[in-house]
Amino acid sequence: MTETLPGAAIPNPTDEAAITAAVDQAVAAIAGAATLDELKAVRLAHTGEKSPLSLANREIGKLPKDQKAVAGKLMGSSRGRVNKALADRTAELEAENDARILLEETVDVTAAPRRRRAGARHPLSTLQDRVSDIFVGMGWEIAEGPEVESEWFNFDALNFKPDHPAREMQDTFFVEPPEAHLLMRTHTSPVQVRSMLEREVPIYVLCPGKVFRTDELDSTHTPVFHQFEGLAIDRKLSMADLRGTLEHFARQMFGDEAQIRLRPNYFPFTEPSAELDIFHPGAKGGPRWIEWGGCGMVNPNVLRAAGIDPDIYSGFAFGMGIERTLMFRNEVGDMRDMIEGDVRFSEHFGMEI
Amino acid sequence: MRIPLSWLREFAAVPAGATAEDLMAELVKVGFEEEEVHRPTDTLQGPIVVGQVLSIVKEAQTNGKTINWCQVRVVPEGQEQTLTGEGIDPSGVQGIICGAHNFVEGDKVVVTLPGAVLPGDFRISARKTYGHLSAGMIASVRELGIGEDHDGILVLSRIGLDPEIGTDAMELLGLYDQAAEINVTPDRGYAFSIRGVAREYAHATGTAFTDPASKVQAPAELSGGYGVKLNDDAPIYGKPGCDRFVARTVRGVDATKPTPQWMVSRLRLAGIRSISLPVDISNYVMLELGQPTHCYDQDALTGDIVVRRAVAGEKITTLDGKERTLDVEDLLITDGSGAIGIAGVMGGAATEVSDSTSNVLVEAAHFDEVSIGRSRRRHKLPSEASKRFERGVDWHVADIAAQRVVDLLVELAGGVADQAGTDVGTAPDAVTIALPAGFAAQRIGIDFTEDQITTSLVDLGALVEKNDAGWTVTAPSWRNDLETKEDLTEEIARLVGYDKIPATLPVAPPGRGLTRVQEQRRRLIQALADAGLTEVLAYPFVSKAANDTFGVAEHGAERTAVKLANPISEEQGFLRTSILPGLIEVAKRNHSRGFRDLALFESGLVFLPDGTVGTASIPPLGAKPADEVLDALYDGVPDQPLHVAAVLTGHDSPAAAGHTPRLWDWSDALDIARLAGDVLGVEVVVSQGAHQAFHPGRAAQLSLRTGEVVGYAGELHPKLLAAHDMPARSVALEFNADALFEAAADVIVARHISTFPVATQDVALVVPQAIPADQVLEALREGAGELLEDVALFDVYAGKGIEEGKKSLAFGLRFRATDRTLTADEASAAREGAVALAAERFGAVQR
Repeated sequence: MTETLPGAAIPNPTDEAAITAAVDQAVAAIAGAATLDELKAVRLAHTGEKSPLSLANREIGKLPKDQKAVAGKLMGSSRGRVNKALADRTAELEAENDARILLEETVDVTAAPRRRRAGARHPLSTLQDRVSDIFVGMGWEIAEGPEVESEWFNFDALNFKPDHPAREMQDTFFVEPPEAHLLMRTHTSPVQVRSMLEREVPIYVLCPGKVFRTDELDSTHTPVFHQFEGLAIDRKLSMADLRGTLEHFARQMFGDEAQIRLRPNYFPFTEPSAELDIFHPGAKGGPRWIEWGGCGMVNPNVLRAAGIDPDIYSGFAFGMGIERTLMFRNEVGDMRDMIEGDVRFSEHFGMEI
Repeated sequence: MRIPLSWLREFAAVPAGATAEDLMAELVKVGFEEEEVHRPTDTLQGPIVVGQVLSIVKEAQTNGKTINWCQVRVVPEGQEQTLTGEGIDPSGVQGIICGAHNFVEGDKVVVTLPGAVLPGDFRISARKTYGHLSAGMIASVRELGIGEDHDGILVLSRIGLDPEIGTDAMELLGLYDQAAEINVTPDRGYAFSIRGVAREYAHATGTAFTDPASKVQAPAELSGGYGVKLNDDAPIYGKPGCDRFVARTVRGVDATKPTPQWMVSRLRLAGIRSISLPVDISNYVMLELGQPTHCYDQDALTGDIVVRRAVAGEKITTLDGKERTLDVEDLLITDGSGAIGIAGVMGGAATEVSDSTSNVLVEAAHFDEVSIGRSRRRHKLPSEASKRFERGVDWHVADIAAQRVVDLLVELAGGVADQAGTDVGTAPDAVTIALPAGFAAQRIGIDFTEDQITTSLVDLGALVEKNDAGWTVTAPSWRNDLETKEDLTEEIARLVGYDKIPATLPVAPPGRGLTRVQEQRRRLIQALADAGLTEVLAYPFVSKAANDTFGVAEHGAERTAVKLANPISEEQGFLRTSILPGLIEVAKRNHSRGFRDLALFESGLVFLPDGTVGTASIPPLGAKPADEVLDALYDGVPDQPLHVAAVLTGHDSPAAAGHTPRLWDWSDALDIARLAGDVLGVEVVVSQGAHQAFHPGRAAQLSLRTGEVVGYAGELHPKLLAAHDMPARSVALEFNADALFEAAADVIVARHISTFPVATQDVALVVPQAIPADQVLEALREGAGELLEDVALFDVYAGKGIEEGKKSLAFGLRFRATDRTLTADEASAAREGAVALAAERFGAVQR
């Protein structure tokens, strides 16, 4: 394409055939422009000052008066056709152009880098929150206490006689000097005693927290672990109430299929006492009963230690290990995975359990 | 406690085909948890038979050893070998190579024939060795898994056996028996006996029980025996250390006689090694009846036996050959020569039964639980006897146990019992308990019938009397754990079955939800995790050095810390006063596993025993202490605030195509600390800080608006990082979270939001290098007045165009009025005010 049509004669603006031919020629050229640049050249050639249609248009002035109106009308509609063709083609080519550019900007989304690092909760911490939430939902309070504790709260108030073998079986870390009667709590039960001393009956509290025993770390033992213990003191609470509470909790925790079983056991702070088993249908190696914790009816001596009259009130208590729960619920095979702080362990869980 | 099934069957109706597992399944119902199965046939399989060594040919080997090529008859002469299989010689005589030399031709031995399997999955087969086909093995006790004896081949005559050739040796040695090991809770001392477990088995199964004590015929009274005096002048808790002592004499005993195999095998299954006939008998009776007994060489005793407390400095050499210095609280068995035993714990060496003992004095005594427990702990001497005495032994079984030992000595050791005997002491009062009608039903939630209640208690061995109010129950003498109506209630529920307890759900009063602090703690932990940090839980045990470095800011100061009396490791014998040492250990562990880009945090208690800790005494159990005593207990517990700490090493994100990760730096530590403040609605004020664990120029002190210092953040000290083999430029922070929780406002008062346009003005100020940007910003804030909405530092510049020793700080100021659109003049005036104050305070010059 060139800017002008070489050697072309100026069409007569009243010559409808010649003008129409020029228009057809322009429209064909416009349609033939493959790029916006080509279209620009076509536009100059067919609508520029020296284009046949422009020149013809300029001729109108020279025409006798009676022909001017006819020629004006002819030229107006002709140039209109050309301009419309130009506008349409421009829009078409611009759209094509835009589409091509965006296509060229295509990236490989699978190669996107991760700039933000997701953090993670420790699953024991997450599980502790979940257990607490279930009991809060039942109207219970969450109670906490110190990890270094007075011997009285950890043992005597809980009816551990000073020379009874049960006291020794707790494998206690004692604090120097021994005369100070301080130790690292061996269970969260001292929080139960503190709760009873601080609150008015009825009392429904859950005490989660860290506890300590002098066990060396191996695949099933750790000197530092976590428990949650529940305590309910009210008028006429029975072992059936204990069972009902544990059953409700087990179902919240493990689903409606969960079952629990009580077996006789001994704890100084409860009488009667029971071992709590949970039926785990999804246990590795097949469905089976798994030891989950201990429970029982609060020993009257424990109530007396907190100034609660055992002839008026009764209560129940239970305690489970959080590590143990996580181990069988989430198939953690080795205690050390929960202890060592390997980031892969926490990060695998993320914020969930 | 391990229960051999054959033994239990003597007194309980255990089905013939029952296994140890079956037994455990029954006992767990009444409260005895299963521990382990002990069954020789799990690792030992026949054919294992009695053989007689016909000939031994000694053959010297090139390696210097001499081996024996033996012909061993395993089928009686004239009979046919009925066994078949590879390596079994139809002639009934096996050729066997044996390396041991402690046997001679004619000895009867145990032969493991081809096809047998020994412990350790050792399969016996005919194999070529030393030029012969050795078809079997002549076994030692060790190879059979029934002893540790290294003396070589088990020669049956030496254990008193002369069985027929071909006899099943496993039957002969009691190896088809099995034992169930159960866990006995510390309240049930009576269950450390076949007698107690047989009764429990009967409870669990509803089958018949024969009391082993009822099979022994003991004289109703004893007198004229060996002199015994009970002289306890210092009872503990007012209870005499010994309230019964039965002594019986058996004369003309042959202490060298072998213990019969049935007894050896039961003892072995029960976990007790055979030592000598008198000792084995004593142990056997203890296991059967629960009453520990002791056999003295009566001729080694001088004068009367006196049971008394030790005198200061007194010594004894115990059976294990160790000399022990006694405590005045130790209860002793003594004679004219001094101490001959620590009562109920361990006998003395000087009077123990030996091979030459002819006259045996049998002791069956009853000791105070507390006294025995204390001596055992004091001397670290756990024994089968002390285990039982500490938990309580039936006072009434002492004479029966002594009689049982006497009977067995007469039967098995060829002795003759003296008619005379000794039985001194006073029976404690029987314990009677009132059980009100309806109490058990209310406490358990089962509407027990009267029959269920009385039958359960009678089955236990209690005497039950009905009265108007309910029942009066006399506890059996072997059940020292039964003291209260609650104890009886447990027994009734246990025997009726815990599986009968229904489920009812009690409704708690309307609750308060989580407390504010509990909510704050959760939000803080979650915010740190959401910000990309990984939560870990480290142990609180640290070294003194770690506490002295991390627990106190000033270099060289010592941190008072809680010291453990019995730590797992002496090196880490203190409780943490800072979370950081544990976090650094965790970081190092992750490094060693190939993870170097870390952002770890932990929230946990630290232990700050500043001031007096503990109480000199503790109040008794079963009663509420007086208020001042309780206050002392509360106050004696060290302060234990919740701390939160983080350690960041390496990069902030994984390297990836198109992404260059950034190294964590000191400002990240500050940023996280401030974020923690933000999520709690508490301003964390940062100022240049000094803490020995941190880089001296790159540490910030974190405090509250009140000026209270709550923590530190910044780059860890380069020397400390090097010493811990941590990456250079690792950063950390730690703060007292409880202090932040407390500082949070209870109610946030809303701020009016102005919709008038903002006017922004920037200002660049030149100040001396040492002036903290934060303080200049604070001056601007104050100087600008009420119209200032916000001010932020957006550039720090030093270098060309700025005088040496100075820096340029660029701030953006945002002005807005609550009631009008500000004019340019108003905004400029406010800016001038801001600059003027900065100039006044720090000599700041506008650029």
